[in-house]
Amino acid sequence: MSGFFKSSIGRKYAMALSAFFLMFFLLQHFAINILSVFSPNAFNEASHFMGTFWAVQYLLQPVLIFGVIYHFVMGFILEIKNRNARAVNYAKNNGSANSSWMSRNMIYSGLAILAFLVLHFIDFWLPEINTKYIQGDMSGLLGDGEGFRYYEELTHKFVNPIRVAAYVLAFVFLSLHLMHGFSSAFQSAGVTSMRKKKLQTFGKAYAIIIPLGFIFIALFHHFNH
Amino acid sequence: MNLTLKIWRQSDANDKGKMVDYKVTEISEHMSFLEMMDVLNEQLINKGEEPVAFDHDCREGICGMCSMFINGEAHGPDRGVTTCQLHMRMFKDGDTITIEPFRAKAFPVIKDLVVDRSSFDRIQQAGGYISVNTSGNTQDANATLISKHAADEAMDAATCIGCGACVASCKNASAMLFVGAKVSQYALLPQGQIEAVDRVKNMVAQMDLEGFGNCTNTGACEVECPKGISLENIARMNREYFSANVKE
Repeated sequence: MSGFFKSSIGRKYAMALSAFFLMFFLLQHFAINILSVFSPNAFNEASHFMGTFWAVQYLLQPVLIFGVIYHFVMGFILEIKNRNARAVNYAKNNGSANSSWMSRNMIYSGLAILAFLVLHFIDFWLPEINTKYIQGDMSGLLGDGEGFRYYEELTHKFVNPIRVAAYVLAFVFLSLHLMHGFSSAFQSAGVTSMRKKKLQTFGKAYAIIIPLGFIFIALFHHFNH
Repeated sequence: MNLTLKIWRQSDANDKGKMVDYKVTEISEHMSFLEMMDVLNEQLINKGEEPVAFDHDCREGICGMCSMFINGEAHGPDRGVTTCQLHMRMFKDGDTITIEPFRAKAFPVIKDLVVDRSSFDRIQQAGGYISVNTSGNTQDANATLISKHAADEAMDAATCIGCGACVASCKNASAMLFVGAKVSQYALLPQGQIEAVDRVKNMVAQMDLEGFGNCTNTGACEVECPKGISLENIARMNREYFSANVKE
């Protein structure tokens, strides 16, 4: 396998593999977040489990961080390489005649998601790391010790309408990214067209339902606070 | 039909090149696009100007030489055709048509609309063949049984004429549809199995070496391909490449 991941096709596989992991992560993230709409207790329990279980924290979390960084860095490297592959641009290029807007602008939807991730990390991930690993408070409890803090922290973040608007906009870009990215990952991994047809329908549904669900959660907490 | 043409003019490989406007008159809608170019060149020669250089050979959709990017699409707005099969009835009287050469770093412009596609030849030479002993004891081709399905799929892949429309249409100037078709036509047949591992590895290595971009599955190549080569061939090449590296 030496040199596989340096080749154009090897990098396609690597992008697809990181995409599969990120799409799986997104699904479980959504599954836990939607609990906050139906049952604050269930959301607190699930969040505490994910935030303290060693396999999630010390195995899956590093893989996730690596996956996110790899997907973005390799995405940029490939974009630069691809732009260099055409030294002179066309005076007239009718891209919409043969391909979707989403497929041609993955770098821009990706950049929007990256900008969102910075905000999201500042909002949730960094305070979480600070509480657990710098202050050493693994209890997951509120300051007064009455109940878990996760639901309170979540709903508190969605009070500010500007933050809610930023989240909604980011999920629109996530949807656009997944519209092409889902089926593209399977095509890169060499999945045949027969199965691809069904996957495309499933992928479109995933690309709409998951981001729409996240938008619903953000709006629900904003208007319910 | 009277038309305004915006054509890329470049005197040689080192020239910077620029778009130049021309007027052509009395174009029949029954003409092919190349015949329209012939009329333009006749007008230019009569005026003592340098005719527009463009590649063409068979003029029946087989040679794949006509490397023209017309109004933002490889071989123009029609589907499943090369430039010689594109009829002027696809345009309207008074239209302005932009004509450029196929653009890719691996397809350098030689002159005007003529590009050097020898990078495709080098990819073919890297593994796009099977070694057959033709010393007199050659086996009858029919002695090797091949399913109808595999034969059809291999033939579909083999219809690639290497015109480069896939590269020209791809936003990344990727050659993966071409290489995918060339890998597939042998991967699907028993005769191609013996050299399968080296073939895909060497052809992909040469493709990367030539400076083509990476496929991001936009599907533009499949839409613009005059022979309808499917993206399925890229997926098959990816599988072949993966298994070749695992077998190593």
